[in-house]
Amino acid sequence: MKIAVLSGKGGTGKTFISVNLTYVAENSNYIDCDVEEPNGHLYFKPEIVKREKVYAKIPMVDKDRCSGCRRCVEFCKFNALAYIKDNVFVFEDICHSCGGCMLLCPENAITESDKDIGEISEGVFNNSTIYTGILNTGEETGVSIIKKLLNNIGDEHYTFIDCPPGSSCSVMESVKNADYCILVAEPTLFGVHNFNMVYKLVKLFDIPFGAVLNKCLAGENPAEKFCIENNIKILCKIPFENELGKLNSNAEIASQIKEKYHSLFSSLLKSIEQEVMNETAIDIKR
Amino acid sequence: MICKKILTYAGYKNIIQLSAYAANVEDIMRIAIPVDEKNIKGNVCVSFGRAPYFMFYDTEKDKSDFINNSAANSQGGAGIKAAQIIVDNNADVLITPRCGDNAAEVLKAAYITIYKTKNNLIEDNLKNFKEEKLSLLTEIHEGFHGHGVK
Repeated sequence: MKIAVLSGKGGTGKTFISVNLTYVAENSNYIDCDVEEPNGHLYFKPEIVKREKVYAKIPMVDKDRCSGCRRCVEFCKFNALAYIKDNVFVFEDICHSCGGCMLLCPENAITESDKDIGEISEGVFNNSTIYTGILNTGEETGVSIIKKLLNNIGDEHYTFIDCPPGSSCSVMESVKNADYCILVAEPTLFGVHNFNMVYKLVKLFDIPFGAVLNKCLAGENPAEKFCIENNIKILCKIPFENELGKLNSNAEIASQIKEKYHSLFSSLLKSIEQEVMNETAIDIKR
Repeated sequence: MICKKILTYAGYKNIIQLSAYAANVEDIMRIAIPVDEKNIKGNVCVSFGRAPYFMFYDTEKDKSDFINNSAANSQGGAGIKAAQIIVDNNADVLITPRCGDNAAEVLKAAYITIYKTKNNLIEDNLKNFKEEKLSLLTEIHEGFHGHGVK
């Protein structure tokens, strides 16, 4: 079962929650899809058993075949192509490797070449496997790395997908095949604003989801209010505590150190299991 | 990555200088300027790639025409598309307050010389250009790739 953890706003607790769920689930997979700055490995300190380069496809234009029709230039939404003095210019840094230009070219003048954009690593922590994707600095998009990370993940174990912040291409790629999404919220207006964006995203993808309210303080919680108003299932509330802050800043896994956090995350995992079972039951009825 | 950037930068800086040599103010020229409104009495736009309009001024006929900048609302790569528009409209010279590196690369390839504006008024800049008082734009910024409209 694949469970994606996302939040919209950064610093809300995606990694904290996915790392701890991975720990309590045992024998599971943790996948760090926040390829611009992966940090889950800092908690697990896994023994790396495999590294693999990731390449993105970049168009190459055969000048002799090009008729100058410009269909490729007009098609590219990212403006990665320009046509100047009978030559197609390719701006590699801007290209999103969609391959559209190659498909459209009536002269078959476009082929693709590989460009090194980063790597993925596979490591071991207890009985779990820790996958990390890392995008080279300055690259436009990590989508190909995320694709590769999620490519060969089976369904026999729990897989926790630690998503990038935001709600754009890389987040969509991370969640699109998930069985369940955990939306992490913090009690700030900014947090709620971005929470709303990922809420819309998971509804659009039609993936079952629930919320975890992180950093809860006494008093009004705008994130909780949002969940109640929109009828979003609240899976659990995690208090705002100095102790948790310290454990996290020392890259320690809270549920490994303290029994009370272990039981908090174990019960969160149980609620998710229950939710997924209910969803499957509803699906069968449909 | 950084090395590559510096190399390309040095590369087109040279060509900009070379083409500046070729761009003689006496020649008949078509000058492009990013502008805020379709009025020659108006202001130059602070942005090149995302300017709402471009003005093209013909030095021989002393005439100007305006076009909408279809690159302005691009998700990304606005500078590249805007530079393509400048090239396709047969400009010889671009007068702009600033220009990103990708746009400069396109303009360089088309041998278009880039001059820096002196103030906000379109007419002042045209006058200064004719009197050879404008200097070449040498500070090419790195662009706002992916940090503009998301």
